[in-house]
Amino acid sequence: MPTNTYLNAATTLKSWLLTRDHKRIALMYIAGITFFFGIGGFFAALIRLELVTPAGDLLTDETYNKVFTMHGVMMVFFVLIPLIPASLGNFLLPLMLGTKDVAFPKLNLLSFYVYLFGSLFTLYAIVAGGLDTGWTFYTPFSTVASTSAVVPAALGIFINGFSSILTGLNFMVTIHKMRAPGLTWFRLPLFVWALYATSLIQVLGTPVVAITIVLVAAERIFGFGLFNPAVGGDPVLFQHLFWFYSHPAVYIMILPAMGVVSEVIAGMARKQIFGYSFVAFSSLGIAIVGFLVWGHHMFVAGQSIYSALVFSVLTFIVAIPSAVKVFNWTATMYKGSISWQTPMIYVAGFIGLFAIGGLTGLFLAAMGLDIHVTDTYFIVAHFHYVMVGGAIMGYMAGIHYWWPKITGRMYNEFLGKVSAAIVFIGFNLTFFPQFIAGYAGMPRRYHAYADAYQVWNVLSSAGASILAVGFTMPLLYLAWSLKNGEIAGDNPWGAVGLEWNTTSPPPTENFHTQPIVTWDAYEYPTPVEGHVV
Amino acid sequence: MRSGTVFFPEVASTMAARVDQLYLFLVGLTAFFTILIFTMFVVFMVKYRRREPNSIGARIHGGMILEVTWSVIPLLIVLGLFVWSAQIFFAFARPPAETLNVYAVGKQWMWKFQHMDGQREINELHVPVGRSVKMIMTSEDVLHDLFFPAFRVKADVIPGRYTHMWFEATKAGTYPLYCAEYCGTKHSGMIGQVVVMEPDDYQAWLTAGAQEGSLASAGEKLFQDLACNTCHRPDAQGRGPVLHNIYGKTVALQSGENVVVDEAYIRESILRPAAKVSAGFQPTMPSFQGLVSEEGVMELIEYVKSLQGPTANQAVRPTTSGPAPNENTPSQAPPTRN
Ligand code: HEC
Ligand SMILES: [Cu+2]
Ligand SMILES: [Cu+2]
Repeated sequence: MPTNTYLNAATTLKSWLLTRDHKRIALMYIAGITFFFGIGGFFAALIRLELVTPAGDLLTDETYNKVFTMHGVMMVFFVLIPLIPASLGNFLLPLMLGTKDVAFPKLNLLSFYVYLFGSLFTLYAIVAGGLDTGWTFYTPFSTVASTSAVVPAALGIFINGFSSILTGLNFMVTIHKMRAPGLTWFRLPLFVWALYATSLIQVLGTPVVAITIVLVAAERIFGFGLFNPAVGGDPVLFQHLFWFYSHPAVYIMILPAMGVVSEVIAGMARKQIFGYSFVAFSSLGIAIVGFLVWGHHMFVAGQSIYSALVFSVLTFIVAIPSAVKVFNWTATMYKGSISWQTPMIYVAGFIGLFAIGGLTGLFLAAMGLDIHVTDTYFIVAHFHYVMVGGAIMGYMAGIHYWWPKITGRMYNEFLGKVSAAIVFIGFNLTFFPQFIAGYAGMPRRYHAYADAYQVWNVLSSAGASILAVGFTMPLLYLAWSLKNGEIAGDNPWGAVGLEWNTTSPPPTENFHTQPIVTWDAYEYPTPVEGHVV
Repeated sequence: MRSGTVFFPEVASTMAARVDQLYLFLVGLTAFFTILIFTMFVVFMVKYRRREPNSIGARIHGGMILEVTWSVIPLLIVLGLFVWSAQIFFAFARPPAETLNVYAVGKQWMWKFQHMDGQREINELHVPVGRSVKMIMTSEDVLHDLFFPAFRVKADVIPGRYTHMWFEATKAGTYPLYCAEYCGTKHSGMIGQVVVMEPDDYQAWLTAGAQEGSLASAGEKLFQDLACNTCHRPDAQGRGPVLHNIYGKTVALQSGENVVVDEAYIRESILRPAAKVSAGFQPTMPSFQGLVSEEGVMELIEYVKSLQGPTANQAVRPTTSGPAPNENTPSQAPPTRN
């Protein structure tokens, strides 16, 4: 192990809590995200337990509604949105750019505390008062009918949003201003492109949802009536504002995962990404067109058929850049030198699941079909394929891929592969049946359901228990490896990329000498040491 | 109750098979591309697995022809899907000219249906086979969504406005209906059934339940109870416009705009009369918000719609500002019958 690393530079509690080191901040985010993932997962377990039988017998209606709301709120706002940018993004961005830190290290620490404060605030609010609006907060239920702790919960999410905005801002400035000499835009790793596109959405989109949440709170406290039809307001207006952010938010979750997949495939196949610029620009394309498709959530909400047409065609079109990425990744594999280590297994899982997740999106872009499947379990299955099968699988691939860099130690390869396989199988068993139940007509957010859907729900709950094992395993063997893992060395995968050109774990200042870049991303073969001048 | 197979709901409307076809096509497309990509990925993983620890991949940077191919082919496929799905959507969005209208009111947590002949039902809806049924829906409280899986159709039910959907049932039987938009505690209990009947049975059901009189006649009674008739008189001597024959016509507003008188306009005129003031009148009509239920409004609407045929002074409708409302519309037939 190197003697001088960011981990042993200072070891007091204060040196962690007040650190400005992007790597330590990343680790604190990982801890926070894992914590909320655990809580969200616990609520998921309650949902799946309840749904084993058609009758609503385990929980009361009210509790069930609170449970699925908390599952959604925790997972969306406190896990998926910060998932990759705040953790791997924070850790890797300066390393990949060959620089010491992000542009505004103090702001970065502030982002973390804003995240922590906002998320704990919401957690407290919903533990103390409960929240039963669903994570979507649809009006007028959330504004006039719900008696749960809407305002405090919303306030926490509002606060949390600033964390996302600040991180996005920080990353954008960092990418513009902090690149190592010679590191031109088209030499950037694709993960950086993905983070850039993500930051763009965070900065442009989050303020909209923030103000929407404020309006909901104002409506509840002062009775403004903006969303209240009884006084001439429009409840559907809320949906427009909400989805204007929340559809792009899907890309906040998936784009960084796509970036991770590009890195892992390039590193594990030791090969240049096929069609680099197509993959890079597809991220930007998704970020931009992704802002113009929100109306696909309202095909049955009485919008005009002409706006429905526009939203539908744009939604179909936004599928193309994602498809282009998948094709390019597959082509990258051709004639690679492909290692079968855990990150690659997770990426293979990602490809399979994301393909299904993306393609089932077409069912929902197809207006005439969306009428039938929207608000059913088909939707639930679709977005879990994208969010878990895509974003979380990508995150898992990334965590394993960079684990040696982050900790300086290797995890147990065998257990890693087994966990990837278990997650893949458990995931499919959990969510594939939900497509079928949905098409057969089972509405979402149902505490009790018709007997005809039971077979699918039993399969789904069985799958969820397998999935739980799959996600618990990495927690254990990764933790175990912190003390006992094999020493990784600087570049265990034999990959190129600036992050592999420094020690594992890196020193606080990241590089002992300022790297100067004279090569393209993923340029093999190059002797590893030969890079740093 | 018939809930279809475990894979599909019952196919019980004219649209159901069309929706299923698109669905099956997309299932095939998804299976094809998922298997194609996943297989290729795994085959490459196997074929090009690393054999020696130090080997690296071939130097391939990309290829324009491939990029164009795999962008354009998917683009064409999705545009084709767009056209196909839009056709279905249009069919859903545009009810046939002749429909049997049924009003629906959602409230936490039940469905209330009102038929033109006056039958009222809760959580159960009777409709005949082979007639296009149009639902005119609103909510008394929060959002709901009326969902008939067997007809492959649903629509949000929104407080403060009317939304519509239509279907034509093709097969007698009893099928589930659900609330598909989360609406609070007993959302999953906001369910019921739609009973599709052969025309004769339906007729029998109608006659058996018709003791209360039609919706329009209930509306007429309300019209008097709420003293609408003091201002809206057929002889044009009241303070408000004559309501005879206005349904389906275009009327001029004080703002200079024109609106077609449909259910939504009549509803708004009753609950928020100041929102759209008819040209030539003072905004003196009081709001009936809170004084009349959503069902009452529906009855009043049906009464206004029933005011057809000549009245003593139809032509006297004042036209002081703007064009004569009744003359600038080529007699537009009401789009629905009742
Ligand atoms: C105090 C008199 C008054 C009463 C009572 C009254 N209205 Fe009106 N109503 C008016 C006036 C004046 C207008 C035209 C100005 C406007 O559009 O607000 C009008 C307009 C309307 C219109 C729109 C007609 C058009 O041609 O645009 C409808 C429909 C209507 N009223 C229905 C009703 C019903 C139903 C009731 C009873 C629940 C009712 N009104 C009670 C005075 C009244
Ligand atoms: Cu969306
Ligand atoms: Cu409901």
